[in-house]
Amino acid sequence: MLLSEVVTSGPDFFYLAPWLVFFPVIGLLINIIFGGRFSEKVIGTVASTASGLTFVVAVLLALSLRAHHEGVTILLAEWIAIGELQLDWAFRVDTLSVTMMMVVGGVGTLIHIYAIGYMHEDVRFKNDPGRFRRFFVFLNLFIAAMMILVSGDNYLMLFVGWEGVGLCSFLLIGFWYEMDTLARASTDNAMAAKKAFITNRVGDFGFLIAGMIMFWAFKSVQFDTVFEAAHHIAELQPGIIIAITLFMLLGVAGKSAQIPLFVWLPDAMAGPTPVSALIHAATMVTAGVYLVARSAPLYMLVPQAQGIVAIVGGATALFAATIAVGQYDIKKVLAYSTISQLGFMVAAVGMGAFVAGMFHLVTHAFFKALLFLSAGSVILGVERGHHHGHHDHDDHGHGDHHDDEKSEVFDPGDMRNMGGMRKSMPVTFWLYIIGSLALAGIFPFAGFWSKDEILAEATALNFTVYILLAIAAFFTAFYMGRQIWMVFYGKPKHEAAEHAEESPPIITVPLMVLAALSILGGALNLPGVGTFTHWLEMTYEKFDLHLHHGEFNLTVAITSTVLALLAIGISWLIYGRKSVTFDQADPLKRILGPIFVGMENKWWIDELYWAVILNPYIAIAKFTADVIDWRFWHDWFHDKVIAGTFNWFSKTFLDSWIDQRGIDGFANGLAAGTKELAQRLSGIQTGFVRNYALSVFVGVVVILGYLILQ
Amino acid sequence: MLPVSYYVGLSAILFTIGALGVLIRRNAIIIFMSIELMLNAANLAFVAFARAHESLSGQIFVFFVITVAAAEVAVGLALIVAIFRNKQSIDVDQMSNLKG
Amino acid sequence: MNPVLNPLTLVTFFPLLGVLALFFIQSDRKNTLRWTALITSLITFGISMWLLAEFNAKDPELQMVINLPWIQVAGWNISFYMGVDGLSILLVLLTTFLTPISILSTWTAIEERVKDFMLFFLLLEVGMLGVFLAQDLFLFYVFWEFTLVPMYFLIGIWGGPNRMYAAVKFFLYTMAGSLLMLLAILWLGIYQDTFAVPELIAKGGIPANIQIWLFLAFAAAFAIKVPMWPLHSWLPDAHVEAPTAGSVILAGVLLKMGTYGFVRFNIPLFPAAAVKLAPWMALLAVIGIIYGAAVSYAQKDIKKLVAYSSVSHLGFVMLGLFALNPQGIQGGILQMINHGLSTGALFLLVGMIYEQTHTRDFDVYGGLWKLTPVFGTLSLIVVLSSMGLPGLNGFVGEFTILLGAFGSDAIGSPWYAGLAAIGVILAAVYMLYMFQKMFLGPEGSVVEEVKKHGHGIKDLNLREIVTLVPILILIFWIGLYPKPFFALMAPTVDKLVAAVQAAAVAMH
Repeated sequence: MLLSEVVTSGPDFFYLAPWLVFFPVIGLLINIIFGGRFSEKVIGTVASTASGLTFVVAVLLALSLRAHHEGVTILLAEWIAIGELQLDWAFRVDTLSVTMMMVVGGVGTLIHIYAIGYMHEDVRFKNDPGRFRRFFVFLNLFIAAMMILVSGDNYLMLFVGWEGVGLCSFLLIGFWYEMDTLARASTDNAMAAKKAFITNRVGDFGFLIAGMIMFWAFKSVQFDTVFEAAHHIAELQPGIIIAITLFMLLGVAGKSAQIPLFVWLPDAMAGPTPVSALIHAATMVTAGVYLVARSAPLYMLVPQAQGIVAIVGGATALFAATIAVGQYDIKKVLAYSTISQLGFMVAAVGMGAFVAGMFHLVTHAFFKALLFLSAGSVILGVERGHHHGHHDHDDHGHGDHHDDEKSEVFDPGDMRNMGGMRKSMPVTFWLYIIGSLALAGIFPFAGFWSKDEILAEATALNFTVYILLAIAAFFTAFYMGRQIWMVFYGKPKHEAAEHAEESPPIITVPLMVLAALSILGGALNLPGVGTFTHWLEMTYEKFDLHLHHGEFNLTVAITSTVLALLAIGISWLIYGRKSVTFDQADPLKRILGPIFVGMENKWWIDELYWAVILNPYIAIAKFTADVIDWRFWHDWFHDKVIAGTFNWFSKTFLDSWIDQRGIDGFANGLAAGTKELAQRLSGIQTGFVRNYALSVFVGVVVILGYLILQ
Repeated sequence: MLPVSYYVGLSAILFTIGALGVLIRRNAIIIFMSIELMLNAANLAFVAFARAHESLSGQIFVFFVITVAAAEVAVGLALIVAIFRNKQSIDVDQMSNLKG
Repeated sequence: MNPVLNPLTLVTFFPLLGVLALFFIQSDRKNTLRWTALITSLITFGISMWLLAEFNAKDPELQMVINLPWIQVAGWNISFYMGVDGLSILLVLLTTFLTPISILSTWTAIEERVKDFMLFFLLLEVGMLGVFLAQDLFLFYVFWEFTLVPMYFLIGIWGGPNRMYAAVKFFLYTMAGSLLMLLAILWLGIYQDTFAVPELIAKGGIPANIQIWLFLAFAAAFAIKVPMWPLHSWLPDAHVEAPTAGSVILAGVLLKMGTYGFVRFNIPLFPAAAVKLAPWMALLAVIGIIYGAAVSYAQKDIKKLVAYSSVSHLGFVMLGLFALNPQGIQGGILQMINHGLSTGALFLLVGMIYEQTHTRDFDVYGGLWKLTPVFGTLSLIVVLSSMGLPGLNGFVGEFTILLGAFGSDAIGSPWYAGLAAIGVILAAVYMLYMFQKMFLGPEGSVVEEVKKHGHGIKDLNLREIVTLVPILILIFWIGLYPKPFFALMAPTVDKLVAAVQAAAVAMH
């Protein structure tokens, strides 16, 4: 098909929608079946191509939508059909889903390419070349699952993708499953993976319940059917809609790492850095935001539920931002920052500012992916420096196998090992600065526009949330400033940081693309132009939703910019002038005291969950299994009571009392008499057959004689 | 046609020979043959009476008897072989384990 | 219809030909014995495919019926009555499908008395197929009890160290329940004047209070077999002691005889009682789900974990069946198949690793994925299927069951399904715990231990992969496109639901 034709007549490519899933599946199958013979480059190329093709499909779908504003549903196959339950494998193409597809396909492809370089280095340091292929298989699987999630035409297909990405997250967090984050033999990574899956399952439980309520209320879980009937149901039984939306919120909290289920995301940093960037920053964790945005027609009906969602989002944004301040690991800071930013998005879509939330989702995908990948580049640089330093001392060349105690615990991700790296890794430094400024919301970077839109909407829709978010924004700028000072400025605090080397182009080029997007992403939805707003409204106008359109609010914009600059300034005052090392406490600790200890220890939420939920469950399970099921039910009740009673009945009662004393007493007496008789009669038994035969004959003769003579 | 009494007489003689054989001889095989003799004496009587009364039931009984005899011989010979393997003898007087 | 050329009699009794052939093979020619049994079971599977081809999925009634007078004395009306409908066809296929797979799994695991083993195995297949096809209560009872004997010997001869205890317990438990069922069968035969199930259903008219007693008597036999909480005490013993193939068949098919009994006899024969007792059955099912999941998590023995997980999974099946609506019952029947596949596969996998390591203790395992990538990946898929990951078979069953139970009029409250859904979380907890303990983390001590005795832990060989691949195909198939499976049972289930609803209306 000619390009001119595409642009002018706008033929539709909707039939391509299933290929969003097929391409990555084909890619992973090729790598599973033939990957054993492929070189790293080929494996990476196959996977990246598969992912790239999904982006192409997403773009074609976006072009096609210009002629079909209301969106299209492509039916692939019937899935489950029982009575009223009709579920299909059907792909929904509208502006909302296409936005997600483009983010997933686009950022996903960039990260695939980056990962070719990153994983080569990573497997080199961790001594297992076989993992390379596995990584790309998982990555393609993730793209497939994520595409199912965003393109599903009903809640259950969305749920398939929802759990599918959870699985990929599990597999990729536990990618280095035999070690911890410092490559020591340990179950830590595996435990982190399990934690992520199970925490997500708790959220999925909420999703599942929401789906069941929905089905019995609407007799369908197909988006359009539900949304059209929602008005009617909301008038009759508003409680049902509230229940659906709140149970769904539990699912959102699980996947998008909101209070109370956010605890898995920081641990998820155990996965390789491209995974943190793709799954745990840019795409998967935003699925919850997408879900609320998708369910806008439901949420808009129940302001009570909306308020709760917004508060949960706002509280998470602030809470996670405070924790980010107290972290030392470069990726952990970003992880908490992600939770916090997801809080912004959830608060936005919760308030009803769906466009703002989705806008922030898109820009966040750009700059947070950029930050994570740059952090990965930093970590690789430090590792290279670490090895370089070792090889200087150890010419035998196998330094990493015979590390001494000190280097055994060397953590290339700890910011207290870094410092002054703007000189050793200049490209990464500039990329990181761009990402940080975008995250902190400094004009004119992408984050400024999207965050500001959320804040502006919040002033109009929910002022409490605005306060929470504004403070969170202040902390955001502060912890990013702290990170920049600790990593890139000051003197190197470890020889590894001193010897760090810049990463190769395969790593830095995708980052430059992301950096460009982080700078220019704001252009998607400039105040007054509102390209993105119009784009998404194509989906929403179908349901006659009266969305609030916050105007650009100059006061809000100036306030937040001032706050951000102030925060960066304060961070310079505290961290910019002297470096933080392992020997001395964080300078902020001297100022904040116990509050900082709380931040440092993540407010002991993990410990709380262990004490309140996990340990009791384990104790109950052990008690049930050991005491109730085994000792009481199996050993005591069955073996003692049932089998014991039976044995007593048969052995003691029947056998020894009735049988032996009663019946046997009689029988034994009889037997004794018989024996006496028998002994006397036994003389007849000669043992000769002839004698017996003769007696038979005699008997016959006697009987016959009697009969004849009778 | 010969009268029935001739057949019955022959049958009685055969039966007596068989009975004496069982009672007198010690060789298990001979005893077996004697038993066969007795059975066939009975068969002869059956057939004779069946002919005389022009009824088929006697002849049917003969078939049963022949079948049973065949089975009995099979089992009996198997027993004798087994005993012979054990005792290297088929003298029935030596088989007196049942002596009281 | 000609009773000999009927696919039902053929499929049921064909394994007897294999038994006959086995008699003529010398006991020391082990491979010949194995091949004979395998080929017999494969041909049986082929015949079941013919059965499937002959089956008309749109017809809710019994098909390919054979009805011959059998014991007709003293006014008793017992017939040799077989037929297949949507409730039983999938279970017949599951049986013929799992039998060759189990036989294949014994190739190197069973070296002692191969001939007897194969003999009992084929006899067991006859019994199981008979149970699923019999339409006369007396005939059903004969097959039902008949399955006990080979299973008793399979556990008792080829089992683990504590096998006699387990075998006797298995036998006595099942027997005790069956006797109550026998009483109920006799009551029906005498008072309703027939043992044929379709005729009994057509006659109906049993007063509700008597229905409840009869229901409970049947339920005693079936609930022990399922096993429903709290009658599950025999299951961990039987599973732990049974040889791998025995565990596969026990979990895969024998337990389904219990759930099948409920849907084939309890619900249609005593609809009023079923409606009345549905909340209680659902309650026991939900307790079983949660209890089984919690107890699984605390196990130290892999096989025991899988055994207790069956209690939890079959709780889902029971919950679905007693939802008494199309979603619940269809989901329940499909979940019987799913559980047969995934738990069967789990036992196969445990058996495969046990052959190498001779231990089932979690604590010594770890890091196997690195050493045995194929084994690890296949195990992961099966584990995910077992915990109900969407896209795999377990989810389709669990979701439809929960959905059915959530809106069930018979159960009457969404709380049961809500609590059961917690079981979905807990399933992830114990299943991932098992996977993590065995496959993730650093290498466990067992790796060194095995190395001491030879060449270390090996990945799956071709035979083992061939054993597992058919199951995996079905796991994906049912997960992605379950429509053909639902289509087989839909008309029969709809008819059943309509009958139950009519009874429920009549009750009020």
